Amino acid sequence: MFSSLKERTGEVLLPGDEFSFEAEDTISLAGPVKPEKVVCGPGLRRSGDRLLVCKSGVLRHKQPNMFWVDSQQRRYVPAKGETVIGIVTVKSGDVFKVDFGGSEQASLSYLAFEGSTKRNRPNVQVGDLVFSQFLIANQDMEPELVCIDGSGRANGMGVIGGGGLLFTVSLGLVRRLLSPHSEVRSDLQQLFPCELVVGMNGRLWAKASTVQQTLIISNLLQSCDTMTAQQRRALFRRVAQGAL
Amino acid sequence: MWIKAKKEGDTSVLAAAYGPAEVKVSKEIYDRATLEVLIQPKVGLPSVRERSQEQCVRETCEASLLLSLHPRSSLTLILQLIHNDGSILSCFLNAACMALMDAGLPMSCLFCGVTCAINADGQIITDPTAVQEKESRAVMTFAIDSTKRRVMMSSTKGSFSVHELQQCIAVSQEASEKIFQFYRDSVSRRYSKTL
Repeated sequence: MFSSLKERTGEVLLPGDEFSFEAEDTISLAGPVKPEKVVCGPGLRRSGDRLLVCKSGVLRHKQPNMFWVDSQQRRYVPAKGETVIGIVTVKSGDVFKVDFGGSEQASLSYLAFEGSTKRNRPNVQVGDLVFSQFLIANQDMEPELVCIDGSGRANGMGVIGGGGLLFTVSLGLVRRLLSPHSEVRSDLQQLFPCELVVGMNGRLWAKASTVQQTLIISNLLQSCDTMTAQQRRALFRRVAQGAL
Repeated sequence: MWIKAKKEGDTSVLAAAYGPAEVKVSKEIYDRATLEVLIQPKVGLPSVRERSQEQCVRETCEASLLLSLHPRSSLTLILQLIHNDGSILSCFLNAACMALMDAGLPMSCLFCGVTCAINADGQIITDPTAVQEKESRAVMTFAIDSTKRRVMMSSTKGSFSVHELQQCIAVSQEASEKIFQFYRDSVSRRYSKTL
């Protein structure tokens, strides 16, 4: 199965395509036998002894044995450990309700901020933007967010300050921005200095030195979602030369 | 969410899929997603005909979507009729499948709709126009799945023999190959642009 998955890496797959153990999979009696393990990511589901594709997209592979389907969508489904930008909607007692663009609102305890105790409550109002990560995020329970990491430090999370602009892009662009050697990020760095908070729910918060530059950045990112690499580089070059 | 326009002859339909989103407590199901299909006719308000078409589309979608992955959420599918020149139910089915697949909703298989009409001479016509449908003695629509090419849903009108029904199913299964190839080509084209 590993070999058939490896063959089709980079191909576009549709829901209903499946991978199964080939009949020719033989175990050699001579050398040591290592069970081949395949780690399946989003878009691939195990059904008995077959692997089913459940989303349309491109099959990707990461060494040594991780496979997943890279699909484009705009609607976010929460996953544990992902950092998102949420908007505080309700402040009731000890818990804030945060809207992150999913099917239900997440809860954020007031104690889940750095340095907050029962006497020292954090300064969070309804309508504030919070950058936090999911502590509990599965289909059966209400999602829960926290603004501290395992050791109790904020690590960049918490309430996002004033100024700046919040806008939405597709989930694919967000993943491209956050990947290690991101071309979009390096193109953006050559424009003008700005502060960018990237939430995996497709929400971005940008702040540059003037309002005009902030708007330029938000328009650029929203439009380069559907562009090829050449078109994007040409657009950024035009902006850098001050054409816009 | 995504919007798709599907043409068959001159029949065109615009499909939009939303979800997983919040659901009203009265409509929520504890272990799976609630699928709502809304068919809007070109003029006027939806009537009984639209409701029965909605039921056909909804049953097919529920059979192919993995609804248990999003309990207590709602998936909404809105199909707007733009022009009706025959084979409308199969057009709805094709547009619905493409919209759901494009929106990234998890599906166990794809489906497509094929309409067959048997005219007065006993000939089988696929994807009939409105004029051909009116002159035929039977019109049938089948939803075919992509993995085993089985019939998921059938909606028939008129009089026909069992033998003719089986012939129409065979013809529809053959025609579904072209539609699934079209799905594959459009999705490949869509993903060819991204990095």
